[in-house]
Amino acid sequence: MRRRSLVIITGALLITAPIFLNAQVTSDRLVKAADEPQNWLTYNGTYNGQRHSALKQINSANAKNLELKWVFQAQSLGTFQATPLVVDGIMYTTQAPNDVVALDAKTGRVFWMYRYTLPSEIRVCCGQVNRGLAMLGDTLFMGTVDAHLIAIDAKSGRPIWKTKVAENALGYAVTVAPLVVKDKVILGVAGGEYGIRGFMAAFDAKTGKEVWRFKIIPEPGEKGNETWPGNTWEHGGGSVWVTGAYDPALNLTYWGTGNPGPDWNPDVRKGDNLYSDSVIALDADTGQLKWHFQFTPNDGYDYDSVQVPVLADITWNNQPRKVMFWANRNGFFYVLDRTDGKFLFGKPFIKLNWASGLDANGRPIQTPQPAGAETFPGLAGGTNWFSPSFNPRTGLFYVSAWENYRNIFSKTDQEYQAGRQYTAGRGAGPMPTSPNVPTLRRGPINTWTEEMGTGVVIAIDPKTGNHEWRYPMTDVTDSGVLTTDSDIVITGSREGHFHVLDARAGNLLWKTSLGGPISSGPMTYAVDGKQYIAVNAGNSMFVFGLRD
Amino acid sequence: MSRLHFFCVVLSAGLVALGSGPRLRAQDHTGNYAPMDIQNGALLYGANCAQCHGVGGDGIPGIELKTGTFKRAPTDQDLARLLTTGIAGTAMPATQLSPGETNALVAYLRTMRDFDSPKVTVGAPATGRGLFEGKGGCTACHRVDAHGSRVAPDLSDVGATRGADFLWRKLQDPTATMRPLDRPVHVQLKSGKVVDGRRLNEDTYSLQIIDSQERLLSIMKSDVKEFTISRTSPMPSYTQKLAPQELADLVSYLVSLKGGI
Repeated sequence: MRRRSLVIITGALLITAPIFLNAQVTSDRLVKAADEPQNWLTYNGTYNGQRHSALKQINSANAKNLELKWVFQAQSLGTFQATPLVVDGIMYTTQAPNDVVALDAKTGRVFWMYRYTLPSEIRVCCGQVNRGLAMLGDTLFMGTVDAHLIAIDAKSGRPIWKTKVAENALGYAVTVAPLVVKDKVILGVAGGEYGIRGFMAAFDAKTGKEVWRFKIIPEPGEKGNETWPGNTWEHGGGSVWVTGAYDPALNLTYWGTGNPGPDWNPDVRKGDNLYSDSVIALDADTGQLKWHFQFTPNDGYDYDSVQVPVLADITWNNQPRKVMFWANRNGFFYVLDRTDGKFLFGKPFIKLNWASGLDANGRPIQTPQPAGAETFPGLAGGTNWFSPSFNPRTGLFYVSAWENYRNIFSKTDQEYQAGRQYTAGRGAGPMPTSPNVPTLRRGPINTWTEEMGTGVVIAIDPKTGNHEWRYPMTDVTDSGVLTTDSDIVITGSREGHFHVLDARAGNLLWKTSLGGPISSGPMTYAVDGKQYIAVNAGNSMFVFGLRD
Repeated sequence: MSRLHFFCVVLSAGLVALGSGPRLRAQDHTGNYAPMDIQNGALLYGANCAQCHGVGGDGIPGIELKTGTFKRAPTDQDLARLLTTGIAGTAMPATQLSPGETNALVAYLRTMRDFDSPKVTVGAPATGRGLFEGKGGCTACHRVDAHGSRVAPDLSDVGATRGADFLWRKLQDPTATMRPLDRPVHVQLKSGKVVDGRRLNEDTYSLQIIDSQERLLSIMKSDVKEFTISRTSPMPSYTQKLAPQELADLVSYLVSLKGGI
């Protein structure tokens, strides 16, 4: 009612002013983001990475009444991988590669658009993509594929400052949505196929000045460098391209790191290759490493561990415990103690044969397949960057996975050349003329077919690793998962279907065809008491709500 | 003995030599490339390269293509790239060949020293067309331009996407080379109706096919009682149906099909 009164009083002003009263996004609001589920303040909605919303207007009984409210058609043919932010009725998102748009979250009408001009030559491995924004105060932050960080005024769309993060000519890029913690903007660099040397860095939100840097591939004299023979650390990879999590009580920020370089010839870098394919826990103020856990030592498959760390406080062996769930690209599901990185539990969630299991410390017992034989999973993994979700109400962890997907890996010798891809091998498809990874930009016909691997949404009981239910799909999937307090699971498919499932039973409640692959995570928000769900498919963003 | 038959015998001899230990160094290369790729490559060489490099590969002083080794292209991948991009600063131009054609040309360039080029025999596209529309019975299922059935994949541009060797193998073993998307489907609907056709597309909830009456059908899986996807191609093998010369003619015709209207 208060808002309505204001509208009447300031009616004349509303012609030019935003409809909503925008409060500043404070650090405190970010910490307590779960308390304002009408907003989506960070890439994963909340610092814990659960992608779980307390909104429950849309539920299993009325999901069949969902209808399209509006569409944002991006003026870009790049893969639409961003998760939008919604702050007090205004949505902020990016269209590939690095344009920013502010929209009325209720109608989709655009307030402003910021277009970032990229150099004509860009080195980025796997498509010029961007996964979204961070926000603090009235400022938005975006990483760019030419490896810069830009601050943009959220009301005018004007750039405020721009900082060079790394050298794009050497293959460094920023595709991750940054994470704001207190007064800093934290991000990592992509470029794992270019022989980069990955790092995390924090920048002062006001000035753009770098505050700390953590080198993911340690140099001589630093702990972990002994896991790299000779000077192989110089091009050791360890990229970061999916947003991490933050635990305010521990003041630790957690990030998953990418493959070691070169991707497919582990023989030239014998050793564990720290801190590639790991989760690193950094002090958010200093960037100091508190602990790490490596999922795939001496990786020869490109099993980036760039999944979202999912933090939860649960009862573990009858004791309350601060844990971290992780369904890894390598096919194992892990539970770690997030205070110290201790391995608590691990189990495959898909068929795999690159390892026979995990030892008592969670280290894989690797079983490399003979030359010419199929390795499960293939290079795109059992899952990948698409965000999973944890619903504390059901106690289940939901993840999009690829099953029966495999590659035949081969190694080559390759000299590092600055600015060139540095992969030293390949993962070939298992059938004649079959691709090793289905392209993200393929047309609407499923030429990949089920014989190459299929998609599934799996509800995992984190205490046992058991599958509570499975929702199989004909094609593989790149869609993230969203859950809500009304116990629904919202996800999609590469086929372009967007569907709502029952969180407890896994049955289909509603679906629609959006005509293009879903390559990011759906999110939810509310404006004026009405809940919406936003999802990107193909080159557009679609927003759904209940029929009026 | 037909001239093509002679060609095949020469290649077979090369393969045998490989199997029994290296006797003739010149033949080491031959076994690494598919006979049909070499054959098609010879055609492409004649059309694209011979004008400058000469039929025997020695048309430019100082360059002997018959050596099969090239300083700028140690690997086949390098050679394919060079053929595609040309060589900057020289008279060697970029080409517009498809990947399949480039591979064929690589195969011929690596093996041309094994043959006296003018004697290499290739199939005749015009004869192949006659076989396609006549004795081979191909148009009963396939279509080229406006002629033939739509039940099997349209072949109007098959030469733009498939190399000679693939087509050669296809004619001999259709099942082994069938694209998974093209698999035959047999659908029994809950209504009792039965539909047979070729898969055009499939997702979690539906199936798009062209049926035996050339109808485009979209079937919701929720309406289906049972459906099977066969891994066996309905196409017969032509190994026994056509003579080697006829097979070569047919392949020559197929690789000449580049689509376009």
